[in-house]
Amino acid sequence: MAVRPTARRGDRIYRGVAAAAGIGIALVAVGVGVSLVASSWPSIEKFGLSFLVTDRWSPVTEQFGALSSVYGTLVSTVIALVIAVPFSLVIALFLVELAPPWLAKPVGAAIELLAAVPSIIYGMWGLFVFAPFMAEHVQPALKNSLGFLPLFEGPPMGIGMLTAGIILSLMVLPFITAVMRDVFTMVPPIVKEASYGMGSTTWETTRKVTVRYGFSGLIGAVFLGLGRAVGETMAVTFVIGNSHDISVSLNAAGNSIASTLANEFTEASEPMYLSALVELGLVLFLITVLIQVGAQVWIGRTVKRAGGGL
Amino acid sequence: MRRRPNTGRKAQDLVVKAISAAAALLGIFFLGWILFEVGKRGLGAFDAAFFTSLPAPPGSEGGGLANAILGTLIITAIATVIGVPLGIMSGVYLAEVARGTKRAAAVRFIVNAMMGLPSIIIGLFVYTLLVLPFGRFSGFAGAVALAIIMLPVVARTADDMLSLVPNSLREAALALGAPRWRVTFSIVFRAAKAGLVTGVLLAIARVSGETAPLLFTALNSVYWPTSLMEPMGNLTVTIFNYAMSPYADWQRAAWGASLLIMAAVLGTTVLARVVFKEKKR
Repeated sequence: MAVRPTARRGDRIYRGVAAAAGIGIALVAVGVGVSLVASSWPSIEKFGLSFLVTDRWSPVTEQFGALSSVYGTLVSTVIALVIAVPFSLVIALFLVELAPPWLAKPVGAAIELLAAVPSIIYGMWGLFVFAPFMAEHVQPALKNSLGFLPLFEGPPMGIGMLTAGIILSLMVLPFITAVMRDVFTMVPPIVKEASYGMGSTTWETTRKVTVRYGFSGLIGAVFLGLGRAVGETMAVTFVIGNSHDISVSLNAAGNSIASTLANEFTEASEPMYLSALVELGLVLFLITVLIQVGAQVWIGRTVKRAGGGL
Repeated sequence: MRRRPNTGRKAQDLVVKAISAAAALLGIFFLGWILFEVGKRGLGAFDAAFFTSLPAPPGSEGGGLANAILGTLIITAIATVIGVPLGIMSGVYLAEVARGTKRAAAVRFIVNAMMGLPSIIIGLFVYTLLVLPFGRFSGFAGAVALAIIMLPVVARTADDMLSLVPNSLREAALALGAPRWRVTFSIVFRAAKAGLVTGVLLAIARVSGETAPLLFTALNSVYWPTSLMEPMGNLTVTIFNYAMSPYADWQRAAWGASLLIMAAVLGTTVLARVVFKEKKR
């Protein structure tokens, strides 16, 4: 029986449209990189590599260096992960190993809901509710107990690096928790039961069996959180203080790449200023691409190894 | 055989259990704190004018954010119209047309990486693409930015959901003589319907709360949206501008806008999950 010609034509169109959409997405992603390089070219030409290592950011004299923004991005991200990773681990542990199903479900849903709250809401809450709380309670307490460290110098203003880091940690926590929970669930029961059978406690089983078994998955979860935290914009912009000075103190105001873009981009009228801002964006783009590619290669390797049979 | 003493180990276990329960509680506490503050302060800003009037200058009575509400709806709707079909077709490409090929693997790799791109970078990209050449900010550029953010989310879920449909369904349809496109749209789509709807709803929820990509594209406006080629008022950028202003009236309006956005986003997210659960059952 011959295939009806309309069916064939239909299939050709169908394949063509699908391929155009699929390859189109890939082209958009490549286009993002190309357009960022093109628009930041004047700045790349003028400052070269010194863009990355100088901290002067002066629109008036057209001297631009990304160091303070890169520093702020790194510090706020590190604070976020230092808080979020252990918290996510124990919350995932609670959801998978400890809580009975009737409790694990709503608690898990509530944690997931934290991920759905828009960034700007975290910003509003951070600026008007959490920052004053930090200024009144947390920062004075830190100063009194750990004030001898340069990390907690300076007046408690509420806003600043530490506040930004804490809010970031709250924002990436649900993502890390979700992956860690999946990793814990995927550990075969027989492995855990063997451990329990030897008389281990829940924590010993988790530490010595579950975590080791799913170690690469847990690292993948950290990667995911890292990728989220690095590019987070609005919440950080609200509370980080937006200062281009590099300060050791976590109470001091700082800035991140994303917050600088959000704050200054629409005000930038000079071409060189604009170009330098786009180059900042390019730096952020490269950082996230590196994290994403790293994460995917890592996860791909893990899956392959797991599929190789244990 | 000598027994190892139990007391220390059991105590340690108990401590860790207590910590993990406390951590979960702390997470919920923060969620509750945010919802409570936004709810309380947001409700205080709601009155009839909030939903029906244009913004008032600082200090003067009344005024609302009707234009921004409408603008957000328009921008999100256009983004959905652009982003969802393209995203779904990309998913079809990955899961149906090019299934198992190297090219599909490469596209999937890029789509995954794109999901992790900060939304502000997409905003920058659309700025250089649609704002700089035309010399003005526009609601359309904002919609395009949101559509680009939706693309990988929709494509990825479509890919996952279509891949879950068993091959026997496709084979049965093909054996009846159905062309490929009918197999995909009439059989596979129907089987994956709940998953696709969930993916689309989650993508809409995600972009409707976005601010950063609109800052450089749609910008903001205090007038009614009249043209897609002009700056367009929207709730999220309004929140940002008003929150940073020193005026109490504006800050109150920002809380109202926050509550509106949060309710819409969380509502859509919960709806998406309910749709998915219903189907599973």
